[in-house]
Amino acid sequence: MDTNKNTYTIIYATILVVIVAALLAIVSLSLKGVQDTNVEVEKQMQILGSAALAKDAKSAPSKNKYVQDEFAKYITKAFIVDAQGNVVEEFNSDIVKTEPFKISPKEQYEIMKKIEGGDESAKAQLKLPVYICTTPDATKVILSCYGQGLWGPIWGYMSLSEDLTTIEGILFDHESETPGLGAEIATEKFQSQFNGKTILKDGVVSPVKIVKGGVKNPENEVDAVSGATVTSTKVEDMITMWLKYYQPYINAKK
Amino acid sequence: MDKNIFKTPIIKGNPITVLVLGICSALAVTVKLEPALVMAIAVTIVTGLSSFLVSLIRKTIPNRIRIIVQLVVVAMFVILVQQILKAYAYDVSKQLSVYVGLIITNCIIMGRIEAFGLSEKPLPSLVDGLANGLGYGLVLVIVAFFRELFGSGTLFGMQVIPQSFYDAGYMNNGLFIMPPMALILIGCLIWIQRSFTKEDTK
Repeated sequence: MDTNKNTYTIIYATILVVIVAALLAIVSLSLKGVQDTNVEVEKQMQILGSAALAKDAKSAPSKNKYVQDEFAKYITKAFIVDAQGNVVEEFNSDIVKTEPFKISPKEQYEIMKKIEGGDESAKAQLKLPVYICTTPDATKVILSCYGQGLWGPIWGYMSLSEDLTTIEGILFDHESETPGLGAEIATEKFQSQFNGKTILKDGVVSPVKIVKGGVKNPENEVDAVSGATVTSTKVEDMITMWLKYYQPYINAKK
Repeated sequence: MDKNIFKTPIIKGNPITVLVLGICSALAVTVKLEPALVMAIAVTIVTGLSSFLVSLIRKTIPNRIRIIVQLVVVAMFVILVQQILKAYAYDVSKQLSVYVGLIITNCIIMGRIEAFGLSEKPLPSLVDGLANGLGYGLVLVIVAFFRELFGSGTLFGMQVIPQSFYDAGYMNNGLFIMPPMALILIGCLIWIQRSFTKEDTK
């Protein structure tokens, strides 16, 4: 057969592409469930991580199940807060399936940027997730944050004391910060500095400052990652920005 | 079947140190051993299977669009690998991030299909593809071993340099984590290899 004829070439290409496309579509559809669960479990683990829970996830026989169980056990409540600080909707069970958990911090970050750009009407769209974590010893309020790092997105969860005045724990993650420098924000060493810092002083939210060359005011300052000035600044910007939008809620709660 | 099809690409005709192909991903995914190993396995599977499939349909491929056909086959296997990693090895797929998708552009794969798969029988093509993947993987794992050991003091994420060393003033070498160190290490590997096989260099 002459494989160089035009008709043969066109038919060959068409059939090949259709077969490959069909095959990939089937695989993608059949694996989607498992992949979505992985993304969900990752988020649950980070929320728990900010409250220093689910520490044994790596050694658990089934990581997904362990994290899901811990999440269901400790995260007892979740709700959405609007730009005025009102609680819009509250959920008490099956948090993973509810709206606060499904909110994408990235989308909220885009809305915040719109507001910062002067578009006041965007404020109505703002939906901030809040999680309540109840352990036998204490109740913690977990807030979300998301921003731009040096090379890609950075995000995290802040776990605050019940009266919303101090940080009890914090967790950051990043997509592509420089290993050994900016990526250090995801380490215990950097994050543990935030424990016990005050964010509410005399009724005013004053976010933690990340400073270079030694902390002078230990109440709300932490040491920057050496050699990663930009990433450190971006982390501070991220916390400042999100706490600004959470402020009406924090004030109302107080 | 000629045994050299399998043996040559691993050391004597190693795709990275001799042919100097596939360097880009070798720089990016060798900070830690685990992603390097997964990357090595992924590339081995993709080179082997795509060489095999192309060889199987080689007589039907219209010559004018053969590169496109090869690309479609390679892309299909890469997406399959990517989807499976996302579902069953999520942490590793996160560490590898875009580099799994970039296997498509790995010159070793297209190079082996053009040079071997397109003209040889399916089984030798499969072996040739697998062997080239293994040769690539071998270099990746060697580089990642040194980078993780000296850069982070760990192997496969386990602490191997004892805490007492750090207490005595030992520090992880930050340079090993940065991409240039991969290039330096590969350079050293090429140097060592060339000094043993002088007669082959032109």
